[in-house]
Amino acid sequence: MAEHTIRFEPDDRYNAFLTVCPHPDHGKGDLSGIAVAVKDNISTLGIETTCASKILKGYVPPYDAHAVTLLKNAGAAVAGKTNMDEFGMGTSTENSAFGPTLNPRDTGRVPGGSSGGSAAAVAAGMVRMALGTDTGGSIRCPAAFCGIVGLKPTYGRVSRYGLIAYANSLETIGPMAANVSDVSLLMSVIAGHDRRDTTSYDRPYQHTPSAEIKRLRIGIPEEYFGAGVDPEVASVVKRAIGRLEELGAVTVPCSIPSMEYALAAYYVICTSEASSNLARFDGVRYGPAADTKKSWHAAYQDVRKQGFGPEVRRRIMLGTFALSSGYYGKYYAKAQVARENVRKDFARLLTDVDVLCGPTMPTIAFKLGEKSDPLSMYLSDILTVPVNLAGIPAISVPCGKVQGMPVGLQVMGRPFEDERVVDVAYAYEQAVKA
Amino acid sequence: MIDADVIVGLEVHCQLDTKSKLFCGCSTDYRDDGPNTHVCPICLGLPGTMPALNKRAIEYAMKVAKALNCTIVPESEFSRKNYFYPDLDKAYQITQYDKPLAQGGYVEIEGDDGKERKIQLTRIHVEEDPGRLVHMGNAERGRYSLVDYNRAGIPLIEIVSEPDMRSPKEARKFLNKLRATLEYLGVFDSEKEGSLRVDANISLRGNERVEVKNITSYKGVEKALTFEVTRQKNLIRRGLPVERETRHYLEARGITQSARSKETENDYRYFPEPDLRPLRVQSWVKDIALPELPDARRERFVTQYSCSLNHARTLTGELKMANFFEGVVSGDRAGLCSLAATWIADTLAGELNYRNMGIDCVDPHRFGSLLAILRAGTITDKSGVEVLRVMLDEQLKGETVETPEAIVARLNLAKTAGDDGALAAAVKEVISENPKAIEDYKAGKNGAINFLVGQVMKKTRGRADPGELNRLVVAALKDGGQ
Repeated sequence: MAEHTIRFEPDDRYNAFLTVCPHPDHGKGDLSGIAVAVKDNISTLGIETTCASKILKGYVPPYDAHAVTLLKNAGAAVAGKTNMDEFGMGTSTENSAFGPTLNPRDTGRVPGGSSGGSAAAVAAGMVRMALGTDTGGSIRCPAAFCGIVGLKPTYGRVSRYGLIAYANSLETIGPMAANVSDVSLLMSVIAGHDRRDTTSYDRPYQHTPSAEIKRLRIGIPEEYFGAGVDPEVASVVKRAIGRLEELGAVTVPCSIPSMEYALAAYYVICTSEASSNLARFDGVRYGPAADTKKSWHAAYQDVRKQGFGPEVRRRIMLGTFALSSGYYGKYYAKAQVARENVRKDFARLLTDVDVLCGPTMPTIAFKLGEKSDPLSMYLSDILTVPVNLAGIPAISVPCGKVQGMPVGLQVMGRPFEDERVVDVAYAYEQAVKA
Repeated sequence: MIDADVIVGLEVHCQLDTKSKLFCGCSTDYRDDGPNTHVCPICLGLPGTMPALNKRAIEYAMKVAKALNCTIVPESEFSRKNYFYPDLDKAYQITQYDKPLAQGGYVEIEGDDGKERKIQLTRIHVEEDPGRLVHMGNAERGRYSLVDYNRAGIPLIEIVSEPDMRSPKEARKFLNKLRATLEYLGVFDSEKEGSLRVDANISLRGNERVEVKNITSYKGVEKALTFEVTRQKNLIRRGLPVERETRHYLEARGITQSARSKETENDYRYFPEPDLRPLRVQSWVKDIALPELPDARRERFVTQYSCSLNHARTLTGELKMANFFEGVVSGDRAGLCSLAATWIADTLAGELNYRNMGIDCVDPHRFGSLLAILRAGTITDKSGVEVLRVMLDEQLKGETVETPEAIVARLNLAKTAGDDGALAAAVKEVISENPKAIEDYKAGKNGAINFLVGQVMKKTRGRADPGELNRLVVAALKDGGQ
């Protein structure tokens, strides 16, 4: 398979990469010889994979994630592992144990998160394509902040096998690139069924983007332009939607009542699953070795206290609390109900309209260190998390600038209609390019 | 011991005898191999791995559920049971919690009162086994412990009974019946180490319940419970409370011991496993076929072979023994049925047990030959036992096992014929050596005859036909004892 080697020695002034592979192998296929960056929570055989956490420092997976196997089969060269918020927890890539990534558009600002390294690597032109993961907006947010394209596929359309789990029921691996065609190309490589991920579907993606969107019905949820959304961002996005109307699409105002609870439900579910997923990091089989002179639970405590950053510890504590027997019904079970309502709202809306459009993020990329309290950071996920709760596809495509910083247009679609959101993004991209 | 106040419920973990583990392709046949040789990223719980359900394990579990008269739940669910322990690779165990595969059901046993009793079941669920800790030294004072993940991911079912048993003996019978049923289904190998583990709950009516954890032998369950009945009764007699607690069974000493009390109650934080879809089995249920089960086979042994109920029960209580019996009486040996039933259920079972041997050590055709010469009257029952012992001992020592005929010839065990003079001589000798017995006989004590017969038997090393011998002794005594 791997017949050739490329040179990959980027000038990484943005701290986009945690590991660079200077001479990666590549083979033949649709991605032959293309350098693809891989987020550091996706397992790569023989390449250190840390989730940007000290607790996995030195961990070299003995296997490839399914998506990485597919990349290699398509001839791509795995160029390196990109920086991220530790275990995917964050919206700025400031929570990396190995230092934040800087936004190539303005190095004083964050690239967004958690796939900030992948977005920066693409935005800076270090690689043509990158894999990110999206749990509550982690592909779309950095795509919007860095001015590139990022697709969060339908849940189950890309195998999660090898993705180091943060919140299994919400997250997916997805493509990031400078333009829609490349995102579509990368998606065609990674989508499809994998028997090792029994939540994956046999729905391959074979699609060439089409700019034809005449008579397409686009829902415009009022909540996506409501309180908390920067008016300048809102007006840039509205203008972009105007361009889609010029292309023949029809807009329909609508509302997602369940939005009110989406963020709270999201944080209960993702922290609950995280508390369980991250329990295996105990220093016994990999990562920093525990002090074996201590009793095993004391040793675990040491390893976990020293290995996890503050945001990860916070979420583990939250999730542990939400799942504990006295509170399960009050939090986890209620969050599942709220999630079901979000899913139903989207299903109902998406019978009337073909896609929904709105801003990806409520603001432009914020300054490094600007959001110091966790709650204000969590609030910036408000427009992205509903999609993860519903499991539907969504894409972020650059649609203009505010204060010189990129703004993302988010297009959300029906389950397994990833092709359609890609087409809408492509139509917009082609229209503004012309 | 029938005791209306004893209440016992069991939670039985059985290892399903599949080729591969519950969530990955690793082989379950690890017992002769080194530690951590049957592991992969999935059963080691490496970051990023996901479980993929082994369909065969679910089929096996459904077979058990059907055989035990349970209701198979059309849509069940896997959950995570979260806790920290070094043998638990993911820090959670994938198990079934509030939506188990099967509910209800019962196991029929012979109660202590001799009547058939139905022990009700609560549920059967499927789960993965964790790894295993090997303590260097012992658990408390050892310098360190090693972890072996070969067992991690082995499919288990947990069968939970209602508190329906009334004595330790009933608990033992319940387990024996359960084991037999699982073996008949071909889903379980009771000879594999750790294949069956039991947690037993026991209380005396009106008192707190005690849980005895992780008993790994069938005998152990009865012993541990018997110990608990005595211990709890003694406490009550002395006016002391029975505390609700978890105890361990110390196999070597035959006692239970309080487990170190936990500082806090365990909260397993169960929630549905997001990496597995709900388990929908509706379309498989009809394809689950059951073989003949122990009860049906027992009935058939009674009708087809005219076995006594007791013999049929013993013979069908273990699949191998039942198969052995039918192997012995197959073909032209159908006439040996009643002899075979007695000899296998009583004599052979005892001899094997004494030597700690399994019935599969014995060749049914050889054993059939032995029965044939017994039936032909070539040797006495007593000699038959001797021949059997020689055969088993040879087997145990790994020597070539002789045919029964060869053993009879070599040891000169053929029955002494009444007319060859030797027997008459032996009778004469015994009578002359035991004048006291003659006097007793003359005084009307008939028991003296038995004594004399026994003495002659001894002299002829069991080769005399007891009926013939009896006649000779009586005749000799009537002759005046000279």
